[in-house]
Amino acid sequence: MTPDLLRSLLQGIAEAVIAQAEHLTVLDQAIGDGDHGINMKRGLENVLADLDNITAKPPAEILKAVGMTMVMKVGGASGPLFGTLAMTLGKEWPTEDELDSAKLGLMLAASIEALKKRGKADLGAKTMLDVLAPVQQALKANKSIAEISAIAQQAAEATIPMKATRGRASFLGDRSIGHMDPGAFSSALMIKTICQLLEEKS
Amino acid sequence: MSNVGIVIVSHSKEVAMGTAEMVLQMVGDEVPLAWCGGNPDGGLGTNLDAIMEAISRAWSDAGVAVMVDLGGAETNSEMAIEMLPAERQKKIVICNAPIVEGSVIAATEASGGASLEEVKSSAEEM
Repeated sequence: MTPDLLRSLLQGIAEAVIAQAEHLTVLDQAIGDGDHGINMKRGLENVLADLDNITAKPPAEILKAVGMTMVMKVGGASGPLFGTLAMTLGKEWPTEDELDSAKLGLMLAASIEALKKRGKADLGAKTMLDVLAPVQQALKANKSIAEISAIAQQAAEATIPMKATRGRASFLGDRSIGHMDPGAFSSALMIKTICQLLEEKS
Repeated sequence: MSNVGIVIVSHSKEVAMGTAEMVLQMVGDEVPLAWCGGNPDGGLGTNLDAIMEAISRAWSDAGVAVMVDLGGAETNSEMAIEMLPAERQKKIVICNAPIVEGSVIAATEASGGASLEEVKSSAEEM
């Protein structure tokens, strides 16, 4: 992947999430503390503001810098969580080989493990992991871009009937059932945006 | 011999400051104490830089106990601790306790010269 492509993916992700910030707030007000939209927006606006500097680096360093910006600027738990996701992807970025679906799957697998540790969560707890894990399986199985996009959307919708056992939503117990997890929504939005941009460019 | 330091990390600046006031009045100033609250823009949330600074301000060779309120404060405090030098990381604990009561109990223990482990377990009995 070229730095140019990575830059346009990052820009696309940031713009897509910022555009949905109000919807993220609505989702988070239902089962969380209502700050996911505004926090993600703040973090990603800082990424956009610094995009020229950040993307002057090699891909692995770009992702680490994006992760660090999220960690420092978000102000809520989503900072360390999305920050850990980006930083682990950067850490696992292959040094020489071309990036393919299988390698991306391995990178995402490492990120999922790092996220489980960071958030003290596992699959089925109604979190972003419930989107990332099926996407990881899809990458491993070399599914098409369109299939991966659909899997991300279905996985986010599958968090609606789940009961939250981590984060603020877990305080609600059964009342968390019936709402989509905001972190699952934003994760799926990022993946769908990447898929859409990759399809436009291919 | 130095006492364990206490750091208060709340989503709200006012909660953090008010908790620190209670600690000061009830326990006194023989415990290194620092607080922070609010996201990088000053709204509700927590800020990694501010947490790292607060840990430095309350630093003690006996260690530092960090008191947090909601989830993001804990996750951001964990991340802040990981960004500090390894020899400091070993002397910092996050207490799983209600922030106001836990801070007062932790500071009371610390003022009597209790170890970091004793301070943590007293706070967590709340």
